[in-house]
Amino acid sequence: MDFDFLSDTMGKLLAGVPMTLELALISTTAGAVLAVLLAVARAAFVPAAWFVRGYVYVLRGTPLLLQIFLIYYGLGQFAWVRDTILWPFLRQPYWCAILALTINTAAYGAEIIRGGLQSVPAGAVEAGRAAGMPRLLLYRRIILPIAIRQALPAYGNEIITMVKATSLASIVTLMELSGIAYSIISETYRALEVFLCAGTIYLVITFVLTRAVAGVETWLNPHLRASRT
Amino acid sequence: MDLSAYFHLIGFNGGWGLQLVRAGLMTLAVSIAAFGFGLVCGTFGAWAKLSGGRAVRGAADFYTTVIRGIPDLLVIYLFYFGGSQVLTSLGHAFGAEGFFGLNGFMVGMLAVGIVSGAYQTEVLRAGYLAVPKGEIEAARAVGMGRMLMLRRIIVPRVLRFALPGMGNVWQQVLKESTLISVTGLVEIMRQIHIGAGSTRRPFEFYITGLLLYLLLTTVSGALFRLTETWSLRGERRGAG
Repeated sequence: MDFDFLSDTMGKLLAGVPMTLELALISTTAGAVLAVLLAVARAAFVPAAWFVRGYVYVLRGTPLLLQIFLIYYGLGQFAWVRDTILWPFLRQPYWCAILALTINTAAYGAEIIRGGLQSVPAGAVEAGRAAGMPRLLLYRRIILPIAIRQALPAYGNEIITMVKATSLASIVTLMELSGIAYSIISETYRALEVFLCAGTIYLVITFVLTRAVAGVETWLNPHLRASRT
Repeated sequence: MDLSAYFHLIGFNGGWGLQLVRAGLMTLAVSIAAFGFGLVCGTFGAWAKLSGGRAVRGAADFYTTVIRGIPDLLVIYLFYFGGSQVLTSLGHAFGAEGFFGLNGFMVGMLAVGIVSGAYQTEVLRAGYLAVPKGEIEAARAVGMGRMLMLRRIIVPRVLRFALPGMGNVWQQVLKESTLISVTGLVEIMRQIHIGAGSTRRPFEFYITGLLLYLLLTTVSGALFRLTETWSLRGERRGAG
């Protein structure tokens, strides 16, 4: 095994990690905010609920790569899009990738949050009301803590899926981890070695994230922790 | 957007209709092949996790952990470029000249199959664990042999519990099949991209792609739900 090539490749690939993490961080954060808005809108009133259902149906029923291409190649076809103030953003692959990843993860996230909200026992809400809690306090003290605890494991999986999904940004020319891996492979044709290096980096990232989510889960569920006797 | 011009563009009368249908069939074919291969990987994975020794179990854990932590695109690159790397050196070892590689269909089937196999492993394992122990003991008590018990009791019961999860894996395979377009295989994604480029009307083509995938995921989702209802026909209804 050629260790010089491996360490050289590792160095080049590590330069792509910030871009991968940046894409994942921005799109999961923006996606989570959008997901909460969608979940709340779905619970709030009927016309919004229909819109959210349609949104989730289309975004979850179609491939992410196609969504990225639609935004990156499709929108620029229209003159009026090119005239808006958003065009300086939409012409860049970076912002297109972030936009596509955000609206995609928001659809999955909205369903996860909806599941969390549905898991809140009716009795807990009634108890809060009976104690005279106003709506916002009820959300802050009762509904959200229970819902977040319930939704966290699934949301953790979604975050990991997003980290892996950032690799698709390389298809619209972004040089993140997978993009660099592809360029090294097509220069050297040593796919096995490059895969070994890139795969290791992704595994480390997903492993750290898994542990972090598990840590937050333990922290949020003090009542389930083994009591120290 | 002018609708009649759109229908002419994607229609069969001088439009792209025939190519799109052909591409749709290719997407279906490669997805079914990958799903089938994934089912084989998943069966071995679940068997290894449930009844293997320490080494076998460790190997299965390694497989599912690694595959689920790595982007599918990377696995496709591995098979696409790595496959030719391995095959060419194998060919040279046997005295053959030139360059060998896997075609797009094989790459897609193997790569997407192996990825989905990791998820399928967990689905089948959970399905097996959901089978009540009493049923297996009952089969043993009436003196069924291992193979007969597998065929009459275990396979039907595991499938019944695993069906919803398998439906999810299928949807995932269908959507991941778009990534095979990087190998040049002309499935929906690739065909849409070609059409968008050569007519300079990307928006219409990508929207068409969106509709085609929605059609595939919706129809196959409905089929899975029907099968699920059918598989529950002998089941006692619980509450609700």
